Amino acid sequence: MFRWIVVRDLTLAWKGRVDVLSTLFFFLIVVSLFPLGIGPETHLLRLIAPGVVWVAALLASMLSLGRLFANDYQDGTLEQLLLTPQPLYLVVLGKVLALWLVSGVPLTLLSPVLGIQFGLSRNTLFVLVVSLLLGTPVLALIGSIGAALTLGLRGGGLLISILVLPLYIPVLIFGAGAVDASIMGSGVQGSLSFLGTLVVLSLVFAPWAAAAALRISLE
Amino acid sequence: MLEVRNLGCVRGDRRLFSDVNFGLSPGSFLQVQGPNGSGKTSLLRLICGLLAPAEGEIRWQGANIHSLGEDYFNSLSYIGHRSGLKEELTPIENLRVTSGLAGTQLSQQQATSVLGKIGLSGREHLPARLLSEGQRRRTALARLLTSETSLWVLDEVLTSLDSSAVRFVTSLIEEHLNKDGIAVVATHHELDLSADSYQRLDLAS
Repeated sequence: MFRWIVVRDLTLAWKGRVDVLSTLFFFLIVVSLFPLGIGPETHLLRLIAPGVVWVAALLASMLSLGRLFANDYQDGTLEQLLLTPQPLYLVVLGKVLALWLVSGVPLTLLSPVLGIQFGLSRNTLFVLVVSLLLGTPVLALIGSIGAALTLGLRGGGLLISILVLPLYIPVLIFGAGAVDASIMGSGVQGSLSFLGTLVVLSLVFAPWAAAAALRISLE
Repeated sequence: MLEVRNLGCVRGDRRLFSDVNFGLSPGSFLQVQGPNGSGKTSLLRLICGLLAPAEGEIRWQGANIHSLGEDYFNSLSYIGHRSGLKEELTPIENLRVTSGLAGTQLSQQQATSVLGKIGLSGREHLPARLLSEGQRRRTALARLLTSETSLWVLDEVLTSLDSSAVRFVTSLIEEHLNKDGIAVVATHHELDLSADSYQRLDLAS
């Protein structure tokens, strides 16, 4: 049954691929405009690269959150999902997994290509990919709580940002921190293990909190 | 066995109904009536556990539905007045996904034959947004043909259906009742059922 949620959301993402691509395109544009705007100052570009890529990834993830529950809420399929004989935790987890597969994963795969524009070394590019691979699921999981809480509200998009941004900040600090550390040549394990901890914590608590929020939003 | 005791519902600061009592044994049918805004949909959503009752309780096989959790949904099919279809998906995809989520795996052929029975042959591969309102309703109802649940909760299912579809749905409900199922239907139409226990609940009084 869990498989069906993922398959369903992936099919829907494929049928509405313009939406999915626009998120990715946003990430691509924001990151590639910086080298053009700043000019060929390799040293400066290398210094700001972690922050730029990570902030763009964070904003792109936030953009995709609106799609998570809102469409299902409007056509009544979310109600049906709530009434399926499986824990709501798994329903949320399946939807977040599908969202991550179509937004977080392509964004992560795109990042090394963008990193080259900033003159990052091969080692650093690898750390960047690993940090995004650990960080983007956390962003999607935390975001699901905000998306569930603001369901059906006017101006929900703005509210989501206000709700989830404070929770995104640790991810940003440690994600960009890992890449920074790699550029400086210091150890990256600390930041990456912290991101790993966040993955586990958000896997356990975020779907559960989002499920509770969904029940309230649908009353 | 579905029992509703002293059920009350408050939405916002408006009391919709209070002290609703009924019991439905296997094979019985309940028609919920009442003017617009009298709380028909809220009552059905309460029965599904989507709403928490302001007072009273709902028991399924003797246990409070909120203590049953997901197990309750194994015996429940709900069709709301919003069709619950994905506009982008075809009737086949919609049916396979909703059945899959309810725990019944349907192959492409099975889904096609079910949709044929409900009068959608030739439309199986069109996205649901291109279907007429009645065809969408039929797609939503197709789920009932594949489900093995014993409690059907149907909200305004006969809206925008033509007379042959109304007859089909009526016979579907009748068959369900004969298999010891229970159906709770909110509708203004009188259903032509020969059920032994045809109960009516008027929320206006």
